[in-house]
Amino acid sequence: MLCAALLSLSFAAVADDVQDASKLLKAGQHQQALERVNKVLAAKPKDAQARFLKGLIFAEQGNTREATEIFLALTKDYPDLPEPYNNLAVIYASQGQYDKARGALEQSIRTHPSYATAYENLGDVYAKLASQAYDKALQIDSANPGAKNKLALVRDLVGGTGPVKPVVVAGAPAPGPAAATAPAKEPAKPTVAVAAADPKPAPAAEKPAARPSNVEVLETVNAWAKAWSSRNVDAYLAFYAKDFKTPAGEARADWEQSRRQRIGAPKSIVVTIEAPKVSLAGDVQASVSFRQSYRSDVIKSTSTAKTLVLSKASGRWLIQQERVGN
Amino acid sequence: MISLPGAPGRVLAALLLLASPALAAGPEKALSGVLEAIESKRPDLAMQRVEALIAVHPNFRLAHLIRGDLLLARARPLETFGNVPKTVPREKVEDLRAEALLRLRAVRDRPNGGQLPRYVLQLHAEQRHVLVVDSRRSRLYVFENVGGRPQFVADYYVTLGKNGVEKTREGDQKTPIGVYHVTANLPRQKLTDFYGAGAFPINYPNAWDKRLGRNGHGIWLHGTPSDTYSRPPRASDGCIVLANADLEAVGRTLQVGLTPVIITDEVEWAAADAVEAERKALAATVEAWRGDWESRDTAKYLAHYAARFHSGDQNLAEWSEHKRNVNASKSWIKVGVSRVSMLQYPRERFVVVSFDQDYRSSNLSNVMRKRQYWIKDGGRWRILYEGGA
Repeated sequence: MLCAALLSLSFAAVADDVQDASKLLKAGQHQQALERVNKVLAAKPKDAQARFLKGLIFAEQGNTREATEIFLALTKDYPDLPEPYNNLAVIYASQGQYDKARGALEQSIRTHPSYATAYENLGDVYAKLASQAYDKALQIDSANPGAKNKLALVRDLVGGTGPVKPVVVAGAPAPGPAAATAPAKEPAKPTVAVAAADPKPAPAAEKPAARPSNVEVLETVNAWAKAWSSRNVDAYLAFYAKDFKTPAGEARADWEQSRRQRIGAPKSIVVTIEAPKVSLAGDVQASVSFRQSYRSDVIKSTSTAKTLVLSKASGRWLIQQERVGN
Repeated sequence: MISLPGAPGRVLAALLLLASPALAAGPEKALSGVLEAIESKRPDLAMQRVEALIAVHPNFRLAHLIRGDLLLARARPLETFGNVPKTVPREKVEDLRAEALLRLRAVRDRPNGGQLPRYVLQLHAEQRHVLVVDSRRSRLYVFENVGGRPQFVADYYVTLGKNGVEKTREGDQKTPIGVYHVTANLPRQKLTDFYGAGAFPINYPNAWDKRLGRNGHGIWLHGTPSDTYSRPPRASDGCIVLANADLEAVGRTLQVGLTPVIITDEVEWAAADAVEAERKALAATVEAWRGDWESRDTAKYLAHYAARFHSGDQNLAEWSEHKRNVNASKSWIKVGVSRVSMLQYPRERFVVVSFDQDYRSSNLSNVMRKRQYWIKDGGRWRILYEGGA
């Protein structure tokens, strides 16, 4: 326990350095960011978050060889983390190695079946592979550089208080310190988005004791989507507050009944949450707007803008309202 | 999750209906296996199969097209078979769609043992094979000579002229229809890459073509350039183009000057019995013609010739006068006929009869290869043309 406590203490310093490095990276000060990350790694060579950040720095600098090495090593050390696979895929795609990109993304999805970034990227990679296949079919030489995917690192992946996922994913492991009030993505959406998530596989001892509310809210929304995706109706319904405002004003029991039917009927459901924005109103009220993609074996695919209003009671965030639209 | 809904689904289902009894060997069988997997909603299996096909034929463009569809279907729903970007010229995709349909149709339409192309009445002993081309099916059938009768061996996808068949003019980019034979074997080393594994010129324009004033030249059977496994169904300047492996396989059956190449718009198949009855009737008539010539009964002999007969620049009257003069000067004639082949000319009602003629008489003897066109004229077989072969 002493050990854990010590680790926890040292983590605070480490986390600060990693956050500083993230800020420096965001400011375009790659060299300084690298120095800071190296400092962390000198003390904790295995630190996944620092290594991940270092990979991002290299990737942004165009040092794809070293970035690849780092992300590859991360996939070996933490095979359950989807983000390093995803970023590897982005690098492969930028080199036109779409088959390798596809393999990496499929790994990413294997570990996290509802990882939206990887799905989105995989869609792009499949389309790219299809285009290559069509080129062969039609004997078109599409070696024009414009057709190649660019490695486009999302600039705001390092938020004020720490790394932020540009895309939050149902079922993904909740990252550590993260500012979810992120100012959204760059206006120009990259062809393949880099997951900038904090790949935190860290042992429990490394988890900070208290997390910002926005992180808690995001975790709640992720878990809600995960329960929905796994068609665990009881767990899903448990995310709704007692005073939840049913969409059509129907009785709670009637609403629950219809939800049970809707969620129980399909053989598979995949709900993914993209581009969430958290607004906090005090410590116990929050609203999250996001893009919800829904797929099931019955319904091919829908994408809806959704807003959840949550309130915190007895240490848990619960859904009070669920609206379509922002 | 991955499906091929809507139009492409229907297209593929339609293709599959064509493909059901998968008896064909070669890429067609593999291709129909891919579509069966798609139809049974097993896209991963379809992907495995198409990738296996590409591993064997890396330049098989149609396989790449289907692989493109299978990949794209993972990213978004397909709108059509061959869901290439809208910027691609339509005809490029249409070519591949046409090839797909023809190849899959070949899987369904297998030649069956009881049916024969009605053109091949008789082959002579040295002709080991005969080729029959079906333009509408873009297919070349190889038959082996078994006791003078054709027996199906194999069939192949072929590319024909851009503008179809019935060549009449130089540069019309059409493939001729008729009975031809290969005249040479040009090995790969003597050719550019465009001709692939080799080439076998045929004797277009033949005597009949020339009589009709048809011109042009250089109609070959040949292979495919190295950058593609096959070419679209209608793409050549009139040549018959095969995949290189197929050309090599067909090439092994070809005998220069001997192997007939019968090019049709659409092969007419007939029951083997009916073909045999036709052969017997014509063989008996040819034998009667031979006997009547030997008998020196010139009127009886000339009765075998049609009113529209010609030979070189002689018409029937000139021919008759010549024969009457010649026959009158002889005290005896012996005519031997051997190595007889009898091939029905597509689109025409005549049969090309070729044979070795061993002619002996009281004042002249010669041995020649002779060719006659026999036509049914008023219910009777008569000679339309006669000349050296």
